[in-house]
Amino acid sequence: MTPSERKGERMPLSAETDTTTPRHLRDKYAIVGVGETKYSRGSGLTTRALATWAIRNAMEDAGLRPGDVDGLLSYQYGSDSTPSTFVAGDLGIRPNFFMDVHGGGSTTEALIGMAMGVIEAGMCRTVAIYRAFNGYSQVRIGGTGVRAAIPVVGDALHGRPYGWESPGQWFAPSFMRHMHDYGTTPEQVAMVKVIHSEHASNNPKALYPKRVTVEDVLSSRMICTPLHLLDCCVETDSGTCIIVTRADRARDCRHVPALIRATVGRCCKPRIDMHYQAGPISTVAAKYAREILWPNADVGPEEIDVTGSYDAFTFTTLMQLEDYGFCAKGEGGAYVSDGTMRLSGKRPNNTSGGHLCEGYTHGINMVIENVRQLRHDADDSCPVGADGKRIHTHDYREGGCRQVRDVELTANLGWANPGTGSALVMRRG
Amino acid sequence: MTIQAEYLGMPLRLDDQDHENRAYFGLCARHSFHLQRCDACGLVRYPPGTACPWCGDPRAEWVPVAGRGTVHSYTEVHHAIHPGFREAAPYLVLLVELDTQRSQPTEHEAIRVLGNLVTPDGVLAPPEMVRKVGIGSRVRMVFTDVAQDIALPQWALDEEAPQPDRPWRYPSG
Repeated sequence: MTPSERKGERMPLSAETDTTTPRHLRDKYAIVGVGETKYSRGSGLTTRALATWAIRNAMEDAGLRPGDVDGLLSYQYGSDSTPSTFVAGDLGIRPNFFMDVHGGGSTTEALIGMAMGVIEAGMCRTVAIYRAFNGYSQVRIGGTGVRAAIPVVGDALHGRPYGWESPGQWFAPSFMRHMHDYGTTPEQVAMVKVIHSEHASNNPKALYPKRVTVEDVLSSRMICTPLHLLDCCVETDSGTCIIVTRADRARDCRHVPALIRATVGRCCKPRIDMHYQAGPISTVAAKYAREILWPNADVGPEEIDVTGSYDAFTFTTLMQLEDYGFCAKGEGGAYVSDGTMRLSGKRPNNTSGGHLCEGYTHGINMVIENVRQLRHDADDSCPVGADGKRIHTHDYREGGCRQVRDVELTANLGWANPGTGSALVMRRG
Repeated sequence: MTIQAEYLGMPLRLDDQDHENRAYFGLCARHSFHLQRCDACGLVRYPPGTACPWCGDPRAEWVPVAGRGTVHSYTEVHHAIHPGFREAAPYLVLLVELDTQRSQPTEHEAIRVLGNLVTPDGVLAPPEMVRKVGIGSRVRMVFTDVAQDIALPQWALDEEAPQPDRPWRYPSG
């Protein structure tokens, strides 16, 4: 029985979907270590140092030594990071495999799938995936600073000369059309920021831990319709790392493994050239990605306990949750605003505060958070017991707990743009 | 020879190798909107490219296409990124669905051409004009001259076409 049959009308999947992951890889790999540096606006460190410290922290978290890690995967967006070869040296790692790829949002989940592939191919045993960039103090996204002086060439000539040159501006036509097509309101969308700020207030690492209201979001200055300042995430400096290895090796590590049930890597809509030729433009790549994700994971959205939906903007979270089937098409506005996504709700989303509040990492911190949720050990302010684990109170008031009860299954929904997305389903091992 | 130009302080460049874009912007410089029509399947495509996105055939010819359409979506930019656009903010970026080839080859496909809302002479529209335009507005193509071999296709309100009573606009905008 496929998930679509089990879920009936809730999940409109085609039963004949061709999937790309052989079923036998399901649960065969795991995330065993996660680590990060401080999320800041001014790290005062090189990206080499950020990467090195993030990987060190992830190895320490997993209980691995440098000799145990023999694969490195990193991503960067326009040469904003340090390649693996330099970082490996600083860690005493001799790579049997490394690759540094170009990519921003949605790269994390894709690289997790690739890590499984290279281990499966016998190229190495354990892969550290890192993202390290000074996204605020060095290379900012969009067309500001040094990027403003770079000549516009080739395909960009059909966009940038119209003052259409930042992610918010690029995605806005999809967001606006969603409001037009489905009556989605600014108040509903603002609730994404409100809820993520509640979660961030229980995350000591969060860059913006202050709780905000719908009124705060709607009264913040307009950037480009429909995005106010507080609908946008915060450019951040940080290093972040995830360590992937085979599940049978994961048993030697320090924590309960987060087993990888399924990944989708940079799945695209037709005509992925950002000019919205193939509609409806109020539908995003998740519509296609879900047909790989749920059959490969052998679960449906209804069974997921916690989601991590890429929130470069409030609206990206809404559109992904909707098109992955967490609600019916067009009902994303209701879904994100009815309390479902709260820590106390049915299916909390971005329990760390996500890109909007914890920090912007091109997606990796939402995976790190879900690994901790699956361990039942979110790093909040709850007291630490004699065994070194936090005693979670599940009191979600400001400054309190952010561990969700009995988390067994999580989903991460990564976004590059309306036309491209990645995803990951993990299970508590 | 590389074609270089500057528009609102933004450097633009058309490389020697970029035959498709050189042809496209060169035709725009003559205030004539052309797209590539596939020799095999007969569909026109946008933006310019090496081969047909539907059938993959690389053979195509440039054909004139009517610059008229309907605003399919838009964003009103208040925080300009490039310094040259700051004075013009708020400005509109329009995604315009051409009348030509609507709902072809499938229901939700169309040729959707980006551009700013401009005055009939190609200057970024003033605030009172920006406030009038939204999803459903009828627009016609005009050109902003940049250099001898480059003009940008842009959109102006179509005074001859019937306009919707109230085009859809962002609620508080």
